[in-house]
Amino acid sequence: MLVLVLDTATPTLVAGVARWSPDGAEVLAEQAVPSGTKHAELLTPAIRAALDDAGAALADVEAVVTGLGPGPFTGLRVGIVTAAGLADARGLPVVGVCSLDAVGSGARTVVTDARRKEVYWAAYDAAGARVEGPAVVRPEELRRPGPFVGDPAFAERLGAAVERAEVTTAGLLRAAAAQLADPSSAAPLVPLYLRRPDAVPPTAIKAVTQ
Amino acid sequence: MSEPLVLGFETSCDETGVGIVRGHTLLADALATSMAEHERFGGVVPEIASRAHLEAMVPTVHRALADAGIAASDIDAVAVTSGPGLTGALLVGVAAAKAYALALDKPLYGVNHLAAHVAVDELQHGRLAEPSIAMLVSGGHSSLLLVPDLAQDVQPLGRTIDDAAGEAFDKVARVLGLPFPGGPPIDKAAREGDPSAIAFPRGLTGPRDPAYDFSFSGLKTAVARWVEARQRAGEPVPLADVAASFQEAVADVLTAKAVRACRDHGVDHLVLGGGVAANLRLRALAEERCAAAGIVLRVPSPKLCTDNGAMVAALGSRLVAAGVAPSAPDLGADSALPIDVVSR
Ligand SMILES: [Zn+2]
Repeated sequence: MLVLVLDTATPTLVAGVARWSPDGAEVLAEQAVPSGTKHAELLTPAIRAALDDAGAALADVEAVVTGLGPGPFTGLRVGIVTAAGLADARGLPVVGVCSLDAVGSGARTVVTDARRKEVYWAAYDAAGARVEGPAVVRPEELRRPGPFVGDPAFAERLGAAVERAEVTTAGLLRAAAAQLADPSSAAPLVPLYLRRPDAVPPTAIKAVTQ
Repeated sequence: MSEPLVLGFETSCDETGVGIVRGHTLLADALATSMAEHERFGGVVPEIASRAHLEAMVPTVHRALADAGIAASDIDAVAVTSGPGLTGALLVGVAAAKAYALALDKPLYGVNHLAAHVAVDELQHGRLAEPSIAMLVSGGHSSLLLVPDLAQDVQPLGRTIDDAAGEAFDKVARVLGLPFPGGPPIDKAAREGDPSAIAFPRGLTGPRDPAYDFSFSGLKTAVARWVEARQRAGEPVPLADVAASFQEAVADVLTAKAVRACRDHGVDHLVLGGGVAANLRLRALAEERCAAAGIVLRVPSPKLCTDNGAMVAALGSRLVAAGVAPSAPDLGADSALPIDVVSR
């Protein structure tokens, strides 16, 4: 079946189109767009471009896969609500996966930027199954043997090399396989925030509306 | 040809609103609110609001479609509040609206929240007279607008230079030990009170002050000082009189400036909007002064005055009818979207 794949958990948003079956996935097109904090602006254009590249129309899509984070909250929500809205409007199944599962492969510890001088991380065994995480921690306190993949900016503070790796369409599909095989088993889309909201009464309300 | 069916999204603050209109006819106004989660903070916490929008979005769309008795595929256009408001909250609505528009292959209109507050009145009282003066007062905004053409020409006349009117209600409520949000409990307490009991200041009403700008910070401080002085002296605080006198000061300034704006611009229609427009004293005083000045006053029902999706759909419907170009595919949110940008 034709699957639309999205992720906005990192500063590079991913929109991919793939042909998927329980026997394997073929990625037909992938847009990886450095988008900083502009996920909302750039995601739907990236989806259109990925569909065009794949020679497909949204009407051909049979399922939607989205990363659930962890990642910066605002961007994360953009991807999840987009996946939820697209799937709802077209009556399609939608599958959410941990975005870290889609970074690298095999035995590894994935680290991505959690801001506030922390990393989001998760650890995987040789078969690629997640054995710890996702969680958020200061890199200095993440005492794991490695190898590390993800954001090399944290190499120094981890005291170990980090092989650059990003969220990919193929990785998201791999993580979504069980749910795609039986979409009725798909769990509701719950973002992996891993942090409580900063509950500071805003002064922003005044500033933004005057 | 029947009028276009428009789906509207509103997420600029703590209300997740999804509305559906056909022309000027309201078909659905589904709303979810995270107000209760903000109560203990005495104000809306942006991150909590944004999380709640995401959770509520699809269920609220379903409710709106069910209430309207239509399928998503019947929709002709999608509209969404693109600003002003809280960025993180706005972005949930913008992304959702873009997704539905893309999935349904329909045009998308990113609209101004304030203009939508004006447009909602068309669902109740039909096509707006143009030009009209509009006064929007809520916890987030206090604006006086000249509206020559709601679809593409809305001009700011004045706005609050400090607190929004609704914020003053919230802060005074806190001083009086009343719950958040402060508007309804103050309105209720004031019914038993004497509005002329205490002469609270009327901000920016001097001869040299800007005619159409508002200031509520001084009023709020004056109320707090008055109450604290009583408490320090060990005297009881006449809650109803304080509430009534405070509310009178707000209503007096707002209505005087609105009527003056009508007069100065030769406009004989005034529209009120925003949550504070649900205040009974404000409505009564506006009616009285408009009647005396020969101005036709239009005030939507309280449910339509507060933030909702129907107001966004109403403005979207107006834009479609006027042939305004839809938004570009890279539409985002602008927390400080200027009022003269009706759609973008
Ligand atoms: Zn509002």
